[in-house]
Amino acid sequence: MNQAIFSAMAQSIMDGDADVAEKLALDALEAGIDPLDAINQGFILGLDKVGELFSAGEAYLPELVMAGEAMKAAVNALEPEMARRGKGREILGKVVLGTIEGDIHDIGKSLVGTMLSVAGFKVFDLGVDVPVLTLIEKAREESADIIGVSALLTTTMVKQRDVVEALEDMNLRAAIKVIVGGAPVTRDWADEIGADGYSQDAMGAVTVAKQLLSATPAQKE
Amino acid sequence: MQPQFRILSDELVPQIIDEAFQLMMDPGIKVQLKEARALLADAGASLDAAREVVQIPEQIARKALDTVPRKFNLYDQDGNPSVRYAGDAVHFDPGSSGVNVLDADTLKHRPATTDDLIKVIQIADVLSQYDAQSTALVCSEIPKEIGDLYRLYLVLLFSKKPIVTGAFSAQNTNVMIDMLATFSGGRQKLAQKPTAVFDVCPTPPLIWSDFGAQSLLDLARAGIPAQIVSMPLAGATAPITLLGSVVQHAAECISGMTIHQLAQPGAPIVWGGAPAIMDMRHGTTPMGAIETAMIDAAYAQVGKSFGFPTHAYMGASDTKIVDYQAGLESGTTAMIGALAGINMISGAGMLDFLACVSPEKLVIDAEAIGMAKRMLEGMQVHTDPLASDMYAGINFKGEFLKQPLTRQLLKEEQYMPSAVIDRGSIRTWEQNGATDTFARAQVRLEQLIDSYQPPDYPQEQVTELQKRVSALAREAGMNQLPEIHR
Repeated sequence: MNQAIFSAMAQSIMDGDADVAEKLALDALEAGIDPLDAINQGFILGLDKVGELFSAGEAYLPELVMAGEAMKAAVNALEPEMARRGKGREILGKVVLGTIEGDIHDIGKSLVGTMLSVAGFKVFDLGVDVPVLTLIEKAREESADIIGVSALLTTTMVKQRDVVEALEDMNLRAAIKVIVGGAPVTRDWADEIGADGYSQDAMGAVTVAKQLLSATPAQKE
Repeated sequence: MQPQFRILSDELVPQIIDEAFQLMMDPGIKVQLKEARALLADAGASLDAAREVVQIPEQIARKALDTVPRKFNLYDQDGNPSVRYAGDAVHFDPGSSGVNVLDADTLKHRPATTDDLIKVIQIADVLSQYDAQSTALVCSEIPKEIGDLYRLYLVLLFSKKPIVTGAFSAQNTNVMIDMLATFSGGRQKLAQKPTAVFDVCPTPPLIWSDFGAQSLLDLARAGIPAQIVSMPLAGATAPITLLGSVVQHAAECISGMTIHQLAQPGAPIVWGGAPAIMDMRHGTTPMGAIETAMIDAAYAQVGKSFGFPTHAYMGASDTKIVDYQAGLESGTTAMIGALAGINMISGAGMLDFLACVSPEKLVIDAEAIGMAKRMLEGMQVHTDPLASDMYAGINFKGEFLKQPLTRQLLKEEQYMPSAVIDRGSIRTWEQNGATDTFARAQVRLEQLIDSYQPPDYPQEQVTELQKRVSALAREAGMNQLPEIHR
């Protein structure tokens, strides 16, 4: 009987239907299904499938983004019960994301956020025009592993360096990795400012984040 | 008759414009610069200051659009009006602000430096297909704070052609205007005979940022031509429908022009852009996609319906080396832009979503541009009757080669490509080393650089410019500028 519900959950993610996903999550709680089972045996299978299809070039960004949105809706619905039971889901790491101060370009950074979430990271997306210290404060608060900072303009790109330097000044550099991205950002620039990782696209960002944390054991939420 | 491509029906153009005006009321335009909001509010637009959103009624925008000059020229450093932003005149310039170059020996993309930019400027200077220069590359060894003005400095030193450029900060817009004024004999003379146009970008969807709006105001007041580069990304920062993106482009351009004209009625400004579709597999912005070119052709037609000067980003490719894809995307989109009658078409030489410039591709693209320009000359009536007189004495022999008319009209009828384009026999091709287009472009590139002649500026003019840029470099922490040999 639960199998049918789990299949429907996976399907709701594949359909990118946040309303259905949320309803299935609430129904499951009512039926006494363990929220972790709902995620791991239900919703996540849909997410994996969409990711697989995307990698194979058979699904496209709108499917992926909407699957991410549906997943978020399901997890949000399940979260209070997970908290009550005192067990969270396994995550690969925590990432604080933002477009640097003075820059309001959203799209690339948001895609990176979606990709990281889909891959199993917990992402705190602070949006655009984010001051350096706000990024760092959030990273401290959440004990994040990585700060990801985006810039589309050559002029705002220079402030990516400030993130690295501020972390050094605050003695947080060892604990928090910095990854940089954005159209004008190059590997040379990332090396020059002492960032830990760089990727030209959102897919690559997931690989970079995984590599950076490969030495760190997975943590519980 | 200049051949034309019109992608929109007569009914769609007014519908697009009408919807653009509706967008300017609902949801309105986000204008992040207080001074620009104030200008709009003074003109009668309603303002939600907390959200920085302005609702711009159609009649206010229309009044501003009335004062936009329908034509203006860009001048070379000798004062010749070599670029006409008017009607269906078509010009090409290299793409702007690449960060990498394709190294012809290693076929790797590497960060660009001063030497690379100089090479690109020299090629664009020598090749007659390029009507204007662009500030094509950002030099990686130069402090970012002066990266924009340093590019302009190199272009000024190495070429007299008009320049398509842009600043990275409001402060530098004014520095760059002053640099141009140094060569024109003052700001007033520069405004009378502008030698450059400055790109100004709204932020999709429907936002004029602090810097974007400030640039509009500064350029309008200085009387230096502004070029709006609106870049809806269909499916990401704009509607997935191509027409929806064209509507958004129109709303961004009209609102920008309104701000610009309110600051200084009659200041020159261009209806331009660099839109793209979003590639939904890779999250990239393909400039070589046919749909991207369709959006370009459509928005140009909308701008032309007002009579505005136009610009687009076409003739670029997304591939990483100069291969067949580079040729098909660059050639196809350059031709579409030309047939759409777009006044300035930027993008030649570029690869990898405008991130990379290949000097060799710039050489090859010149041939695509040469062909596109030949296309625009159309089927010309040189003789009347069209043919029958030419058969006198022919007597069924293929002896038209002997006719004086053949020799006389050859150059008017046929565009003569350089040796980059292979039209020889297979034996000739084998004897010449059996090379491909890229290898032939490498050879031609060397020849072009050899034939390059630096501009004959008075030394004191050059020294003044160098002093100015050196001082700015020191402020930015660079004690000495790279050595430059002209």
